[in-house]
Amino acid sequence: MMMPNLSWILLLPTLLLGLIFFIPSDKPTLIRRISMVAILLPFLLSIWVFTAYDSVAGGFQFVEQIRWVKEFGISYHLGVDGINSLMLLLLGVASFAAVVASQSIKDRIKEYYILLLITIIGTYGAFLSLDIFFFYFFHEIAAVPVFLMIGIWGSERRELAAMKLTLYLVAGAALALVGLIALYFSTGLNTFDLVVIQQHLAANPIPLAVQNWIFPLIVVGFGVTLTLWPFHTWAPIGYAEAPTAVSMLHAGVLKKMGAYAIIRFAIGLMPEAAHTWMPIIATLAVVNIIFCGLVALTQRDLKYILGYSSCSHMGYILLGLACFNTISLNGVVFLMFAHGIMASLAFALAGFVADQTKTRNLDELGGITKQMPFIGTCFMMAALASAGVPGFANFVAEIMVLLGSWDQYRWQTILAVLGIVITAIYMLKAIRLGFQGPLNPKWNKLVDAQTLVEKFPFIILLAVLILVGCWPLIISKHIETSTKTIVENIVKK
Amino acid sequence: MVNPLLVWIAFFAPLVACVINTLFFLRSKTLSSLSSIAGILTSFLCTVLIAIQIFQTHPALEFQQSFTWIQFDALTINFGFLVNPLAIMMLLVVTGVGSAIFIYSRGYMAEDPSMPRFFTFLSLFAFSMIGIVLSNNFIQLFIFWELVGLSSYLLIGFWYGKSSAADAGVKAFMVNRLADFGFLCGILLLWSISDVGHGRSFQFTDLAIIVSQLDPHLLTITALLLFCGVIGKSAQVPLHVWLADAMEGPTPVSALIHAATMVAAGVYLLARTFFIFEPLHEALNVIAYVGGITALMAATLAIVENDIKRILAYSTLSQLGLMVMALGLAGPMQGMYHLTTHAFFKALLFLGAGSVIYALHHEQNIWNMNGLLKKMPITGLTFLIGTLALCGIFPLSGFWSKDEILALASEHNPLLYCLASVTSGLTAFYMGRLFWTAFWGKPSADNHAHESPAVMTFPLIFLAILSVIGGFIGIPHFLFPEGEHPSLNMKVAVISSVVALLGLGISFLIYGKRPKQDPLESKLGFIYPILKNKYYFDTAYGWYVNRVQQSFAALLEWFEKTMIVRYGVFGLTSTAKAGGRIFRSLQTGLVQFYALIFVLGTCVLFLILVRNL
Repeated sequence: MMMPNLSWILLLPTLLLGLIFFIPSDKPTLIRRISMVAILLPFLLSIWVFTAYDSVAGGFQFVEQIRWVKEFGISYHLGVDGINSLMLLLLGVASFAAVVASQSIKDRIKEYYILLLITIIGTYGAFLSLDIFFFYFFHEIAAVPVFLMIGIWGSERRELAAMKLTLYLVAGAALALVGLIALYFSTGLNTFDLVVIQQHLAANPIPLAVQNWIFPLIVVGFGVTLTLWPFHTWAPIGYAEAPTAVSMLHAGVLKKMGAYAIIRFAIGLMPEAAHTWMPIIATLAVVNIIFCGLVALTQRDLKYILGYSSCSHMGYILLGLACFNTISLNGVVFLMFAHGIMASLAFALAGFVADQTKTRNLDELGGITKQMPFIGTCFMMAALASAGVPGFANFVAEIMVLLGSWDQYRWQTILAVLGIVITAIYMLKAIRLGFQGPLNPKWNKLVDAQTLVEKFPFIILLAVLILVGCWPLIISKHIETSTKTIVENIVKK
Repeated sequence: MVNPLLVWIAFFAPLVACVINTLFFLRSKTLSSLSSIAGILTSFLCTVLIAIQIFQTHPALEFQQSFTWIQFDALTINFGFLVNPLAIMMLLVVTGVGSAIFIYSRGYMAEDPSMPRFFTFLSLFAFSMIGIVLSNNFIQLFIFWELVGLSSYLLIGFWYGKSSAADAGVKAFMVNRLADFGFLCGILLLWSISDVGHGRSFQFTDLAIIVSQLDPHLLTITALLLFCGVIGKSAQVPLHVWLADAMEGPTPVSALIHAATMVAAGVYLLARTFFIFEPLHEALNVIAYVGGITALMAATLAIVENDIKRILAYSTLSQLGLMVMALGLAGPMQGMYHLTTHAFFKALLFLGAGSVIYALHHEQNIWNMNGLLKKMPITGLTFLIGTLALCGIFPLSGFWSKDEILALASEHNPLLYCLASVTSGLTAFYMGRLFWTAFWGKPSADNHAHESPAVMTFPLIFLAILSVIGGFIGIPHFLFPEGEHPSLNMKVAVISSVVALLGLGISFLIYGKRPKQDPLESKLGFIYPILKNKYYFDTAYGWYVNRVQQSFAALLEWFEKTMIVRYGVFGLTSTAKAGGRIFRSLQTGLVQFYALIFVLGTCVLFLILVRNL
């Protein structure tokens, strides 16, 4: 394959990360700059990969492979198709915005950036790996620093939040691990290589009885990451107490790893079992949408609202995953991207407000758009995007999921449409209470985002959201080439 | 042949203005207002050119152009336009009345520091509204449908620092969202049943061909679901509650969005997709009665209202009800005719009200106004013209269009004809009440109102001229060149004229001498509080939202806290405590140490699993 290869996406930030280890911690500006470069480089590379990916040819491209542990069939195997090239792009945008938004961190800067970089590198690795072992390895690399970052830089209830989030995710990951190991053995190929397994299973599927118990392990295991109801309760508190960059990355990107894994390993490899289990998932998805949406209505904490909202919106992803047609699966990948950008934006804004006011309580805020017109406007746009207003990418994604699921799950789809109404209610309420109305005199001295650097993360995320929302074809071509084979595989069964 | 480029320019000119304003002109009142006005004028000019070209072509021209917006093998969603006389008529109204209101806004908002934001939103609205008019498929229509809702929300809540304005914006958006829940389900259902061998489609032209082959039962459900969208956007009973509150927005917004164009979008949608509704008698009946009831109910609410803008808002509701009723009586031409003339005189009335409010420094209560006709002659006279047109006095435009609707009703449904006639009488009464109270008689000594600047009076005169001649410029013929146009129904015309004059006369007897307060309060007795409380719709919705919905949400939250967290994961939480102690001792702060532990742990776990299996 052509140079430069995908390994640079991992290698460059890792080298710079190594460099940061040797910089004394009393040079915060230097550390910040190097970290920014360390994230910018893979971002640019991921843009390059995305544009260079040939969506007509399809399949995995830019593949590179190094054998590692022969006995177990583990190899360092990277490659992209339409789905993960898009995920790389999402991670690139979101991580860069997150690093820029980390300016407000003043405490233990060196450790902070090291951990942040490890998370981001791990996430890149997970999305790039075509080897199940390495996927899992990178997935864990990404998860561990999150625990520490919440525990150290989080707000008031950070310890509880870190603990809860980690325990849930570890439990989910363990469950998924059991499923993946079982998958490894049931193929009898003695390899973790996704591509080999895929080709083998297309011709010789695992017996249905075996599939039927591996499948739920993987779906529920990664479903925890995706806040599948009732395993969602870690998310609102986790996101609320986490430092801004962590909630941006986790709600935006890391969570989507769950959906990504379900597409790759569950639906992609065990289509027969999908027919057994996915109708149940479709119903749980609707519970996600309605239940979490209504609970969001009772919240007064801005970040909790966003947290529950994010759980609620994962329902659309789950609903789309449960349908066996291209329209909704495309919608799912589209929504993973759109929601990722939107969630990063919303948490970045909430973080900005919370840093300035030291409160997230909507009753204490009030009318702050008057003092912060830029932030207020951006928040309103993020909220409207989340409520599925056209013009933003989320609308396109949601309508695609709904169009796809309409035939298969009529009532679930109608309830999912109702979910859009619920989203609008809690989002507008949050805007109304926190950002509109008479200005609480307490906030007379609030300062809006001033410099371009401060505004940058918001502008870039909004721009992507609007660009993709108005012109969906720029990403949908990529998605389509890769979802087609998965769906064909399912429909055949 | 019409040049498609003209249509695209008309389509996108306001958007260009909006984007330019957002990027460059947010600090400049002059530049932002000029770019917005230029945008809408460009659209208007292009529309006029298209109209001329279409008018010269026979038979009636219909043409479309589309680009692919979303494409997967099973699904194509287009972005395009479908131009026909109906669309062009609506577009003329939107851009023509829009231009007048944009210009007027430059005067009205002159003192507001947020004027650039105002014009940016206004341009966004104009673009979205043009989008509704031109869309050639349901998804695109829905997109713009939502976008006008969005711009309406932004503009109602324009003075977001005021609680009542912010609340009104939220209310409008919510109610419309709720209605769009039905609308979207209707679109999905229609799409899913639209496959008769050539694949599914959202395109109006495709649907028009296959509609006769569809199951009428399912089609009726579809039609009623689509009508949900109309109920929201055109504020029909029972979702009418948002429109009166929407008057919290600046007055030009009320004139453009909440009188002339956006609220009429529902009526336009019915006319545009009338091929779906035409064969469905049950559905049409529902539509007709919803319209008729809205018309009467809103008219009764207007007679006890004291806020000049809210009186006009209820009047708008009532007239929209008449238009919807006309559509329900299978009269798209009649409905659209009235929509057009109504856009003229209602925009005129709102702008007149705005001129008064401007002169009186934001006074909106009619009981605090008097003798304005003498103080503000241009505003007063044009307001009088608008009033007479709305009441349906010969030969003003309202007379002709309302007569068409009344004639239609008298032929098909006597009950609805009576409803509509009573509504006309009430309309004349409450408009008379408003006019006599605020404009008639001698101005009091402390009345220092003065006429508004020319930038505001010019649009008034323009709209007044349209309100006068609207009945003579061949609007019905332009709308439906092939259709038959019933000549004036003398019986209906005479009765409606008498009723209107009666309404004006009675109101003169009561209000002509300018009593200090409303004598109606005592005369109406027990009905008065019912009307004052708007038939308790708001109370009922408030009860539902605060009691039912919020309690249910609280119940779910309780369920989550106790059942899922406390009991459901009881084992996990106790593990968490134990784990917490271990983890705490491991928090050494050394990242290398964590990484080491992690790698070791993974390896151990991995080996154990491999052994066991």
